[in-house]
Amino acid sequence: MFAAENGLKGDPRLQAISDAIRVVPHFPKQGIMFQDITTLLLDHKAFKDTVDIFVDRYRDMDISVVAGVEARGFMFGPSIALAIGAKFVPLRKPKKLPGEVIAEAYELEYGSDCLEMHVGAVKQGERAIVIDDLVATGGTLSAAIRLLERVGAHVVECACVIGLREAKGQCRLNGKPLYILVEPREVDGCY
Amino acid sequence: MSAHRDTDPRIHGIQSKIRVVPNFPKPGIMFQDITTLLLDPKAFKDTVDLFVERYKGKDISVVAGIEARGFIFGPPIALEIGAKFVPLRKPKKLPGKVISEEYVLEYGRDCLEMHVGAVEPGERALVVDDLIATGGTLCAAMKLLERVGADVVECACVIELPDLKGRERLNGKPLYVLVESH
Repeated sequence: MFAAENGLKGDPRLQAISDAIRVVPHFPKQGIMFQDITTLLLDHKAFKDTVDIFVDRYRDMDISVVAGVEARGFMFGPSIALAIGAKFVPLRKPKKLPGEVIAEAYELEYGSDCLEMHVGAVKQGERAIVIDDLVATGGTLSAAIRLLERVGAHVVECACVIGLREAKGQCRLNGKPLYILVEPREVDGCY
Repeated sequence: MSAHRDTDPRIHGIQSKIRVVPNFPKPGIMFQDITTLLLDPKAFKDTVDLFVERYKGKDISVVAGIEARGFIFGPPIALEIGAKFVPLRKPKKLPGKVISEEYVLEYGRDCLEMHVGAVEPGERALVVDDLIATGGTLCAAMKLLERVGADVVECACVIELPDLKGRERLNGKPLYVLVESH
């Protein structure tokens, strides 16, 4: 569900967050209008507002785990975790995490990829959120949900700054609620 | 300079949460794993607080974090001190126009990129990463910032491996670390 339809309608912070996101055409390949959040990170107020909106939503939900998807999920997740008193668990590409891991494969447009989580990072029964900068098809987030569920955690929600068209109208992913701040920027806003 | 365990009671707690994983990524390397620190909300908060206390009010407008573990510590620091966060990334990850700085690895070379326009001349910047070993990556990061005219005030890492003498590769720039591992 989009934040604007869920309690934050007309919130001026959302417009500023949207305006701070840059569209880069034809990256990483022709035809893709890449939603670049790095310009949001350069705008201290908009970046802080982004984190604050998530923190306000999750602080009273008894969340003990914030799982962030490598690498842009790392830019948002830790600040949220720190503010709500939860642990931060990085979900990484293969072979990055040292020690014992569990792995979950997921489909790409061409081929497949894999997400890993440390064994022992999350305990059975813990309430978790998954954070990433953007949700498109939901493949990566679905893999993240499966990793957490495999160790017995309860995924309360998936949270993303941006939700692409494919995600719109879909308030759930693997049956889990999806919370999104803004829609993609249009071509007009790019350079 | 390090925040010695004798002077700040939070340091011992932070150090105790770092896990050493032997023979990762290859035999002989004792890998300093900070993910266990991130699992302890108090210790993780103390880590960020120590950096924030040092840098708040020092007119720092840029916190540059090195992919990927610098992305975990850098943004919370940036948000607390009122600075922007600039990710320094492996090649081909940043969309749009970038500048690149190559650096030498034990075997071969690697490259760090930064967005053109992210940092203005004259801005005061920090470089943040989880750990400094040989200093090669931090050195490349500093060069990227200096190439666009920024003033690198300090490099900040959670862990230093002093035996690898990375501090000496920083062209005289100060280094601040919380814990040392020999």
